[in-house]
Amino acid sequence: MSEVPPPPHRRRAHTSTRDLERYAGLFAERTGVMRSSAMRDLMAITARPEVISLAGGLPDTSTFPSKSFAAQMTRIAQESAAEALQYGPTEGFEETKDCIVEVMGAEGMLVDPHDVIVTTGGQQAIDLVCKTLVDPGDVVICEAPTYPGAVPVFCSYQAEVVQVECDEDGMRIDELEELLRRLRQEGRRPKFIYSVPSFQNPAGVTMSLERRRRLVELARLHELLVVEDNPYGLLRYSGEPLPPLYQLDGGDFVIYIGTFSKILSPGIRLGWAVAPPPVMEKIVLGKQAADLCTSTLTQYFVREYFAEGRWRQYVADLVEIYRGRRDTMIAALREHFPAAATWTEPHGGLFIWATLPDYIDTGDLLAKALRADVAFVPGQAAYIDDRGTASMRLNFSGVSDEEIREGIRRIGAVIAEQVELYEALTGESAGGAAPARDDAGAGENVLPFRKAGEAGG
Amino acid sequence: MRVAVLKGGRSLERNVSLRSGARVEDAVERLGHDVVALDVGVDLVKRLTAERPDVAFVAMHGVGGEDGTVQELLEILGIPFTGPGAAACARCMDKALAKHAIREEGLPTPDWFAFNSTAFRELGAADALGRLEQSLGFPLVVKPSRGGSSLGVKFAGAPGEVPQALVSAFSYDDRVLLERFVDGREVAVSVLGEEALPIVEAIPAQGDRYDFEARYEIGRTSFTCPADLDDAQRSAIEEAALATYRALGCSGFARIDLILEAGGPQVLEANAIPGLTDTSLLPQAAEAAGMSFEQLVERILDLALKPAAA
Repeated sequence: MSEVPPPPHRRRAHTSTRDLERYAGLFAERTGVMRSSAMRDLMAITARPEVISLAGGLPDTSTFPSKSFAAQMTRIAQESAAEALQYGPTEGFEETKDCIVEVMGAEGMLVDPHDVIVTTGGQQAIDLVCKTLVDPGDVVICEAPTYPGAVPVFCSYQAEVVQVECDEDGMRIDELEELLRRLRQEGRRPKFIYSVPSFQNPAGVTMSLERRRRLVELARLHELLVVEDNPYGLLRYSGEPLPPLYQLDGGDFVIYIGTFSKILSPGIRLGWAVAPPPVMEKIVLGKQAADLCTSTLTQYFVREYFAEGRWRQYVADLVEIYRGRRDTMIAALREHFPAAATWTEPHGGLFIWATLPDYIDTGDLLAKALRADVAFVPGQAAYIDDRGTASMRLNFSGVSDEEIREGIRRIGAVIAEQVELYEALTGESAGGAAPARDDAGAGENVLPFRKAGEAGG
Repeated sequence: MRVAVLKGGRSLERNVSLRSGARVEDAVERLGHDVVALDVGVDLVKRLTAERPDVAFVAMHGVGGEDGTVQELLEILGIPFTGPGAAACARCMDKALAKHAIREEGLPTPDWFAFNSTAFRELGAADALGRLEQSLGFPLVVKPSRGGSSLGVKFAGAPGEVPQALVSAFSYDDRVLLERFVDGREVAVSVLGEEALPIVEAIPAQGDRYDFEARYEIGRTSFTCPADLDDAQRSAIEEAALATYRALGCSGFARIDLILEAGGPQVLEANAIPGLTDTSLLPQAAEAAGMSFEQLVERILDLALKPAAA
């Protein structure tokens, strides 16, 4: 291919200190809570090609059949070029909604297509829900840890985020009830509870049926909304499927967020939200203001793809691949992580959450790991406060079995060095035993999550 | 003139370096020179040999680019380069080495002890921690000897917090420093040639005093330049900074970070290649001295090509 020279462009003068101050004087208050950090810069180097990155959240798109991709796009070009290149309705095409109804049906949910809006990825759905519901200072409740990508959205709407601990059965509903009681006493009503109930990002845990029922009851009782973010529901590798919150509630107090990212492609940026009509009306207005409509071209692609009728088989193929990778990662963790480490063994999704002895800060550990050309997400990204510093999120979907084994081996080796050093410093055999727990204390978390700052050993 | 801008590399500060480098490239172009942008990697020597630049602008931070490694190569290749030479870079990068040099010169720097991990692993240095803590007092600061920005720097408020802080610091380097905490105003002196530029003061937002991360975020720390100081304070700080610059053998430029405590300034460290981004302190100081970024870059290049004229 011949190289095309870049088009002529303007060269902006350098920003001076005075410019900076002038712009800063114009910034909205909410930009004050949008954070950049040294840690973010550190994450940027995980993209070096020689680094085995267990830090991503990428589905494996390499197995998607390129021939059928080509055929579908060709068909769109030949049969619907004008429409596919045109604006579309803000709510999304009816045909896209039919696909969505089908996907949700596969998990047992019955949906009225009128309650559905097609969004630019599930991420936009989170943003639109916040835009619709959150005033500055409003309380938003989410899990601890929570989806790291939701935190900046909540922050940009200046929500006051309160996190409720998770254990292996998902969000601690007893803690949630206690929190709701406390908030009521203070005369505050949270706007919504954000949850990823199935194969949670980042913890990999799944909310039990009993807790799901109770959560939905609480929402009705307190007349507040639950935002169910369910990107991974169909990616189950073991155990029995559980009904989504939306199904249990019937859609009165649950706003549902779904996406094609994990079952088809994140590159097409197609997600959706399902909400009760009065809420949907506002969400649609918000969407109109944000971007008028979701890409029509990719909606056409999804329509063609679903018309082939092979989407469930593709998901089944992904499930096979990911199940193997999850098992590989768990086996590698057993082999290479110290005895004092704990981790979740997810029944689905893309992530494992590992927790190390408390004296290890996984942010600092990442610097050491990067020298060994391996990366993960430090746990702190999943918390509003400074908890999670001893935990890490590990992704197994976007890397090969071989890379998983080698990546975990390398991380295990850098942890072992830290453990050995700590033992030399304290004279304790700190790596041997898991710390004792006091589960009685309200607000304290339970295994496999450990609070940073608690004395280990 | 053909100017190679060296940036990136494999250090943890790669991203800041890319930003510094991009800004320098732009300024070099505006000055009417040819730019050869080099993201430093295994092909560095090959590319420098092929491109034959008249001068190299080293816009790299952290291990590899700021510790004398790249400078050593440039010296071997006979390519003039900006900033301090290999030996000075090596001294600045390693805080333990730098502090020795500073103290030998009779300059004030907070008391410290430096250890490598072998001392703890094989020589039982942990048994000396108690005595050392007594000597330094609490809170004390634990930092990697070689490292940039705030990465791995921790406060320990009590003996129980020291081991954890050490484990963190050892994640960045095999040698760490335990240093007496100095309470005072944080100031930075950028030196250009042999001249001190106006002093910058960093004022952390309320509540962020013990949070090194805050230094990194726009809005959480505000910077004043020139700092509000009386003449005696200013000249004491400038003198300490210039003496440090000379003691470490710096040339071209460097930034000296100090704390102004009641008894006078204490030198914390020297940065051989200070940041050159929009929000970095050296460009701010140059601007306060009436220099645009282009003028600053031009002066830095001049110093590299005609060190005697400095």
